[in-house]
Amino acid sequence: MNLIVLLLIPLITSLGILLSRGIIQIRVISLLGAMLQLAAGLFLLAMYWSERSSGNNAQMLFESSYAWFAPLNINFHIGVDGISIAMILLTAFVVLSGILVSWKEETMSKEFFFLLIFLSLGAYGFFISLDLFTMFFFLEVAVIPKFLLIGIWGSGKKEYSAMKLALMLMGGSALVLVGLLGLYFNTNTGNGSHTFDLLQIAAMNIPIEAQRIFFPFAFIGFGVFTALFPFHTWVPDGHSSAPTAASMFLAGISMKLGGYGCLRMATYLMPQAAQEYAWIIVLLATIAIIYGAFATMMQTDLKYINAYSSVSHCGFVLLGIGMLTETAITGAVMQMVSHGLMTALFFAAIGMIYSRTHTRMVAQLGGIMKVMPFISTVFVIAGLCSLGLPGFSGFVAEMTVFMGAWQNAETFYRIATILACASIVVTAVYILRAVGQAVMGPITDSHFSNLADAAWNEKLAASLLIIGIVAIGVAPFWLFDLIAPVTETIMLQMGNAIVK
Amino acid sequence: MNEALLLMKPELIVTVIIFILLILHVARENSSPAYLLNLINGLLFINFLCGFFFNREGTLFGDMYVTNGLIVLEKNILNLGMLLISLQATDWLKKKDFIVEFYVLLLTTLLGMFFMLSSNNLLMFYLGLELSSIPLAALANFELEKRKSSEAAMKFIMSSAFSSGLLLFGISMLYGTTGTLNFAQLAMLIDGNPLQLFSFILLLAGFGFKISAVPFHLWTADVYEGSPVAVTSYLSVISKGAILFVMASVLFTVFKPLVETWYNMLYLLAVLTMIIGNLFAIRQQNLKRFLAFSSIAQVGFILIGMSGSSQEATASVIYFVLIYVFSNLGAFGVIALVSAQTGKEEIDDYKGFYLSNPMLALVMTLSLFSLAGIPPTAGFFGKFFLLMAGAGKGNFVLITIAALNMVISLYYYLRIVKVMFMEKNETPMEKLQISLFPRISLLTCMAGIILIGFTTLLYDYIFSLSTSF
Repeated sequence: MNLIVLLLIPLITSLGILLSRGIIQIRVISLLGAMLQLAAGLFLLAMYWSERSSGNNAQMLFESSYAWFAPLNINFHIGVDGISIAMILLTAFVVLSGILVSWKEETMSKEFFFLLIFLSLGAYGFFISLDLFTMFFFLEVAVIPKFLLIGIWGSGKKEYSAMKLALMLMGGSALVLVGLLGLYFNTNTGNGSHTFDLLQIAAMNIPIEAQRIFFPFAFIGFGVFTALFPFHTWVPDGHSSAPTAASMFLAGISMKLGGYGCLRMATYLMPQAAQEYAWIIVLLATIAIIYGAFATMMQTDLKYINAYSSVSHCGFVLLGIGMLTETAITGAVMQMVSHGLMTALFFAAIGMIYSRTHTRMVAQLGGIMKVMPFISTVFVIAGLCSLGLPGFSGFVAEMTVFMGAWQNAETFYRIATILACASIVVTAVYILRAVGQAVMGPITDSHFSNLADAAWNEKLAASLLIIGIVAIGVAPFWLFDLIAPVTETIMLQMGNAIVK
Repeated sequence: MNEALLLMKPELIVTVIIFILLILHVARENSSPAYLLNLINGLLFINFLCGFFFNREGTLFGDMYVTNGLIVLEKNILNLGMLLISLQATDWLKKKDFIVEFYVLLLTTLLGMFFMLSSNNLLMFYLGLELSSIPLAALANFELEKRKSSEAAMKFIMSSAFSSGLLLFGISMLYGTTGTLNFAQLAMLIDGNPLQLFSFILLLAGFGFKISAVPFHLWTADVYEGSPVAVTSYLSVISKGAILFVMASVLFTVFKPLVETWYNMLYLLAVLTMIIGNLFAIRQQNLKRFLAFSSIAQVGFILIGMSGSSQEATASVIYFVLIYVFSNLGAFGVIALVSAQTGKEEIDDYKGFYLSNPMLALVMTLSLFSLAGIPPTAGFFGKFFLLMAGAGKGNFVLITIAALNMVISLYYYLRIVKVMFMEKNETPMEKLQISLFPRISLLTCMAGIILIGFTTLLYDYIFSLSTSF
């Protein structure tokens, strides 16, 4: 399978949206495009399995490379391994349900759907690229649509949030830029020329002095995307001001760009520095987990609750990466997928509630289970997944992270693990409280009693995400088998680095 | 003889056009503006096309004049910018009485820049520079009835004269220490003695004025604001581009022995230029002033690329200037249209611009994104390669400062986007008419902005030519 298809589908869809007339055409084209994305993602998964079972043990599959700027040794080099496929599937799920949720969007709908699809183009490109330049290109492609999505269709102090998000994410990518240029000039392909190629760099030994300087650039840069403390402040504002679909994309896809980048570029290419700086990563991640959890307890707005809990949950991703054991890194990737699905579902449910009740305040809601049973159930499921109930993906992912973290036997890491585990209790408190007050109990506002339950598009969107969550929660093996071989190569890289 | 004609082809064609215009002006005094504009734009288009054929390499006039593939390319870029500006200016020029005079002055400056680019001798360089800057002062004054325009012209001529004085002083001292003005001989004779260093600083200051690098930038904003839009865009794109090309060639050839010295100087200039340009751009209310400061900041990035002093550096500077032509002229094209039809030039006037004029707002947005260096627009590639060329020296402090400055610059570019897309306006701008010529020009700019990054051939071509230094 040629991976360019993954880029062509969103590209053609977005061009089709630009050329279409009338809201019906726009909706149909974007839905078709999103469905094609999912089909391509599933097909890719099937192809991947058949390749692997036929004994193809190459690190990357379906590779192709095209010269882009030949004099500078920049190639458009793409290929996938298990982690990329997991991320691509996640993106496809979130995009489709995001499109379905925003079915009723009528103000400037053409621009809205165009930007959504365009954002997914950036995400796919990022996940399949094996060349740091290409990767950086797609990372930035995925930033600006968010600025417009929040600024134009958002609510509350949207312009402030949009600007803050764009600047912080661009600040992050500016650091990534320095990091990748630093890597580039420390490579040597033999005849004095340099390379951006991920696999080639991995095979080289970047001098430890260079790693020490450029690892922080790359890791913090990507860390901004995935809410690394103290660069997480864009998350609450950005998520709460964004329209529903944009929140889903933000939390479900673009925060994952950061985690993926931290793993692929920072940790994989600069393993020695990753070991030296591991304690800082773990420290910051633990702070994010605990701080995020406690900050969530204080929130009264549903979107803020989910935004702060995202900070906490993304902390698990960074914790897993920082622990540097095979199980922990596998868990981190599972947590990325799980959190992506779960938080998208959460935002979808909040969006559905808000569009009917016109409030997101926990105190003003109450008893909506009686009038909107479907939406309320979705909300409860998302909440339970968030607090890690067995059977849902959250449990599997967090459990794996904790098990991996415990394998790191130094006292400092043990304490961090215990603290992170303890935060689950706090999570339970805020989730159960939000669910209890907003969904259960008597109807607090008489206006609520004549509200309609979810429409077909909303039901479809929610079911899609729930299928993903349960599929991982009940049968985590397929995801595990996808990720584990890749983590093994990363650990091998780590081991080689120590020996050298 | 024939060969000499071909070598000087770009200059000769421009001269011929100037004479055609002068004769036409005398012969047919009552030509309608529309006729004149069609004719002139046609001629400029032919001029642009001619740049691609019958190109020769060689020297003339006892090594005074040189031309090669790279110089031809630079001249083509200037020709392209000239054509685009001329197309954009039609709306404004239709209402003016002095169309021929305007173009004669404009083409004279272009001729001066061509000579400057082809110079292989400091005397020739100075000649070209003066030929290009004095008519520009007259052009800045072209809004004859506006006071600000005269003020701009005065400021421009003063600063221009001052910087020429500095350059001349530097050149004369260089001659005193080496006894030659020829580039190649200078490169061999320069050994870094104090007098040469002093003359180098004077030369650099002269260049600094012309490209409006901080701290020599003070004239820029006022001149840009006061001049007519067409002249402002000419100043910020063509004139700046030409000087940057020459500056690169002078630094890379003549002052090659002093590379360590000028690296540090460029470092300082680049950092100051980026930071000051960015910080001042944030506060601007007038769109032309805003673009003045943004173009100052852009120069800072170009200086970083130049400081790399390698083949990549040359290629990245030329590549960036080409992209800069498209992106800046895209923005100026919209401003020219709006200004010609409504007279509005303030940022606040653009509130809700997307609702009334979606196409123009999109053009503006893409141009600003390209200036900010956001993919998939061409500006991303341009900026990336500049920083990459600069990073080749191994100084990552500079690169970090530059990368963070890109974030600051993003703030003010996004601010304009925010105004156009997200803010309400009590008195929205009416739907503007886009006539054929500006339309062609804007479409060309958009095509350039979107496509340049994805055509691998262009960069390869520029890179292969950049060996000439």
